[in-house]
Amino acid sequence: MKITLHVWRQKNATSKGGMETYVVDGVSADMSFLEMLDMLNEQLIAEGKEPIAFDHDCREGICGTCSLMINGVAHGPDSGTTTCQLHMRSFQDGDAIHIEPWRSRAFPVIRDLVVDRSAFDRIIQAGGFISINAGGAQDANNLPIPKPDSDAAMDAAACIGCGACVASCPNGSAMLFVAAKIGHLAHLPQGQPERAMRARNMVAQMDAEGFGACSNHYECEAVCPKEIPVKFIAKMNRDFMKASLCSES
Amino acid sequence: MSLGTTMKSSIGAKVLMAITGILLSLFVVGHMLGNLQVFLGPEKLNHYAETLQGLGPILWVIRFGLLTILLLHIGAAFRVTRMSKAARPVDYHQRKDLATSFAARTMMVSGVLLLLFVVYHILHFTTHTIDMAGVGELHDAEGRHDVYGMVVGGFQHLPTTAIYILAMLVLCVHLSHGVSSLLQTLGVRKESNASTVDKIGPIFASIIFIGNVSMPLAIFIGLIS
Ligand code: HEM
Ligand code: FES
Repeated sequence: MKITLHVWRQKNATSKGGMETYVVDGVSADMSFLEMLDMLNEQLIAEGKEPIAFDHDCREGICGTCSLMINGVAHGPDSGTTTCQLHMRSFQDGDAIHIEPWRSRAFPVIRDLVVDRSAFDRIIQAGGFISINAGGAQDANNLPIPKPDSDAAMDAAACIGCGACVASCPNGSAMLFVAAKIGHLAHLPQGQPERAMRARNMVAQMDAEGFGACSNHYECEAVCPKEIPVKFIAKMNRDFMKASLCSES
Repeated sequence: MSLGTTMKSSIGAKVLMAITGILLSLFVVGHMLGNLQVFLGPEKLNHYAETLQGLGPILWVIRFGLLTILLLHIGAAFRVTRMSKAARPVDYHQRKDLATSFAARTMMVSGVLLLLFVVYHILHFTTHTIDMAGVGELHDAEGRHDVYGMVVGGFQHLPTTAIYILAMLVLCVHLSHGVSSLLQTLGVRKESNASTVDKIGPIFASIIFIGNVSMPLAIFIGLIS
């Protein structure tokens, strides 16, 4: 396959950046999208040019490091799929593909397609944890958890924190990420003691990082590689309002 | 957390918009039901109008309350919109919408148009400052303000009828996203009821549209005279 790529190039966080066009020939349909970019990078290095910087780590769809806005869709055209799990068979010979970094005030571009997602880490640090001393491991089933609750907690915990929700949201909102993290712990007994504080602090940190508000466009749900549903946002709203209005502090 | 701090947060501002949105929507329903009495003839409508006027100070309390609700709604809308615009300072060359709707993307546009319409509507039928058909100051046989005559006279005039019908289209668009959206914002929407919740807005908006448009249309084509 012969593919024309329009790629965002930016030297560093402060330089201006712009779209550049490249042609890669001999792409196999069995290659992953990132392997196709590796191929282009080898070609660029051979030509004595700077390779394109992009984020990746596991290349198995589990770590949340890969990103990329591919033809205007976060993680590209296959639903429920990370960019690293996207394959060139989803494209056709002769296609032109636009690749841009995640765009968000809270995710500044560091170089080319790489953005700084540490805003997510700071949101987790604000409350996405359980601080009780758990002691030794308990016997299984010592702490009964109803099946629907454990299922819901696992659905939320599937979030890999890639930031596709922010990237695709017309408002640059991080609500699906934050809702998944709050919802995950809110469904488990271990999460109850700090539940109200967690909801307040994580939402406050989300706002402080400069993410937008939710207008219920549901673009996040449509691109989430882990298919996290927006019902977690509804649940987070309930938790946050209860925590804010019914708390004693 | 204080109520003020809560309402300034991204979620609080949306909840404020949802609650004021419900109150405004209920007002829209009440306003429509009251006005549909135009189909029952002049006696009923003029009596209804006189009853409302007869509320005296209570009417002013209601007006002031509605204005406050509307201002809170608009304030929250601007806050949310400003936050969201600031959240993406550099736009994409290409971004495809997969799930959203025309109504959802144009809430601010439909909102501002509605505000303009509300101002026009008050200048038209409440203060009679704008009276293109010259029917604002009629009185019926019992000496009451002839609201029936004013409405019927007003909507025999094409530009007036057209403005009202277009405004109702805008209201319909705003509510078709707004009412479904507020149910999600307030945490009512779940996996089990999602498809119903997503239909409630468009259905509610259509009922309001049909009810409100039926009046100017019936008058304009001469069903009511
Ligand atoms: C008859 C008057 C109005 C009614 C019945 C009404 C109703 C609603 C409802 C039910 C919502 C949904 C709230 C939510 O998503 O939780 C909403 C949202 C909204 N309204 Fe209104 N509204 C009215 C007037 C206005 C005006 C005058 C403006 C602006 C000048 C406005 C701007 C907005 C915006 C921007 C949103 C959505 C914001 C977002 O979700 O990002 N509305 N409205
Ligand atoms: S590289 Fe780990 S999820 Fe894509």
